[in-house]
Amino acid sequence: MGAVVLARGLVKRYGDLTAVDHIDLDIPPGITFGVLGPNGAGKTTTMKMITCVSPPTEGTLEVLGADVRGDRRSLKRRIGVVPQGMTLDMDLNVRENLVAQGMYHGLGRRLAGERADEYLEFAALTDRADATTDELSGGMQRRLLVARALVSDPELVVLDEPTTGLDPQARHHVWERLRSLKRAGKTLILTTHYMDEAARLCDQLVVVDKGRIIAAGTPDELVAAHVPPQVVELIGAAMTVDELKSVLGSKGADAEEVGDRLLVYTDGSLDVERRVRKAGVGVDRVLLRESTLEDVFLRLTGHSLTE
Amino acid sequence: MTAEPTTTRPNRVLELFRWPDVSYRNALRMWSRNTTLFRKGWKRFVLPNFLEPILYLLSFGFGLGLYVGSQILGVEYVDFIAPGLAATSAMYGAVFELTYNVYVKLQFGHVYDAVITTPLEAEDAAAGEILWGLTRSFLYGSAFVLVMVALGHTHSWTTVFAFVALPLVGLAVGLVALIYTCLVPVIDLFTYFFNLFIIPMFLFSGVFFPIDSLPVWAQTAAWFTPLHHGVELSRSLILTGDLVAALGHAGWLLTFCLVLYPVAVNLMRRRLVV
Repeated sequence: MGAVVLARGLVKRYGDLTAVDHIDLDIPPGITFGVLGPNGAGKTTTMKMITCVSPPTEGTLEVLGADVRGDRRSLKRRIGVVPQGMTLDMDLNVRENLVAQGMYHGLGRRLAGERADEYLEFAALTDRADATTDELSGGMQRRLLVARALVSDPELVVLDEPTTGLDPQARHHVWERLRSLKRAGKTLILTTHYMDEAARLCDQLVVVDKGRIIAAGTPDELVAAHVPPQVVELIGAAMTVDELKSVLGSKGADAEEVGDRLLVYTDGSLDVERRVRKAGVGVDRVLLRESTLEDVFLRLTGHSLTE
Repeated sequence: MTAEPTTTRPNRVLELFRWPDVSYRNALRMWSRNTTLFRKGWKRFVLPNFLEPILYLLSFGFGLGLYVGSQILGVEYVDFIAPGLAATSAMYGAVFELTYNVYVKLQFGHVYDAVITTPLEAEDAAAGEILWGLTRSFLYGSAFVLVMVALGHTHSWTTVFAFVALPLVGLAVGLVALIYTCLVPVIDLFTYFFNLFIIPMFLFSGVFFPIDSLPVWAQTAAWFTPLHHGVELSRSLILTGDLVAALGHAGWLLTFCLVLYPVAVNLMRRRLVV
């Protein structure tokens, strides 16, 4: 089987605003693919084009081998979507939400009912089947949204910020469900602005900013390609980044300022703390850690991912 | 693929009248979602809206009727207004559905945002809602006619056709309602729809008195409202048994519906898909 998503020169404009600006995507089957970027980067717009709810302005886009400008009804039958935010049907109870979804996908009432029960179990919501959706916690609602996307047994599952706003425990619960989908051989595409989520779940990812793809690869590849392996973080240092650079000499060239922190990228051979303290500068805390996707993003865009 | 040159872009307004691409199988699925809800809560939904015309019947028919000494069209006043109230009931059945209910699902519940990620297109969802409005119109109109039959206010065997004819007025006004719903930015603006369109139409389109007692300009205005033709259709079937007149009014309503149906459906797509 060819690519699940194949995009070339994909553009979406809303009037004068270009939300997605000539992106190319090549997503093979069976992987979990992440689209990473800050709010307003064009992630949701891209997902909407892939799921056939928003037509591209320019470019080609094939999903599961079919043109998104073609027969959308039959293409959408093969895609499960977890839209951003709470889009459960509040007039229906938990189980009815799943049954209705199955029926929208053309399943008969009985088969839709069987699938509903199956995915209630998947989402660990069997005992809440008759609850109204607003009686569910945020985490349960999100699990139900994921279950709803699966009732039609789709080949491709697209999730737009599946864990935004959830507490850590609920996020782990959702992640665990997503991993089990991946084991079952589904192709997953998810957007996120959480680095750790992308690093945990994604086999491949792209980083988007201002409608463009600014980096692509596996999480490890991205880190290796764009930042040195380690970072020294200076928290609460009473100095500017330029002062830091002069204190560190030639090895301080790779330093930058992020909020209240100064970062120094290094291969590990530089004793940043000793040099800074020797220069008589007060520092609250010094942290040596491995470089992450967050650092990659910072390096590429000059601003933090979650700002 | 590049954007079309602006010179060949079709007119945005004219485009609305193009017959929409609807999967009626999908539309039935949207309809079916509403029946699930209706089965659970029909008492809550139906009673308030259905009671309103019944209250008018009691108040205007029996109360005011005592003071309206003369007969109209050879019958008591209550028998004159009852068919008009049946048409009004059928109208309200669709109108409440296609204003507030659809708006809440559209704007607050994001129901259609989720629905259009399934094989249902925006057009299918719109057609399903219209079909549901038509269904409620049928239920309201029929219930009212059954009450009339039970109380002995019907005068012609042609009343049997009223059950299928009354939903036409629900559909006609319901399409106007859905168009308004797709265009309004905030829910408060529905008061304009009801106070400037529905209520005046209810008062001046022939429900309570024949429109020939109005000034000519008002008669002309009334002729252009769907409720007027609904009222006359209902009255010719239930009271006078004039099938020729009934066909004329049904034809007017059908034409009205055929023109506005594409507009309502296409506007739903514009509202949902950007």
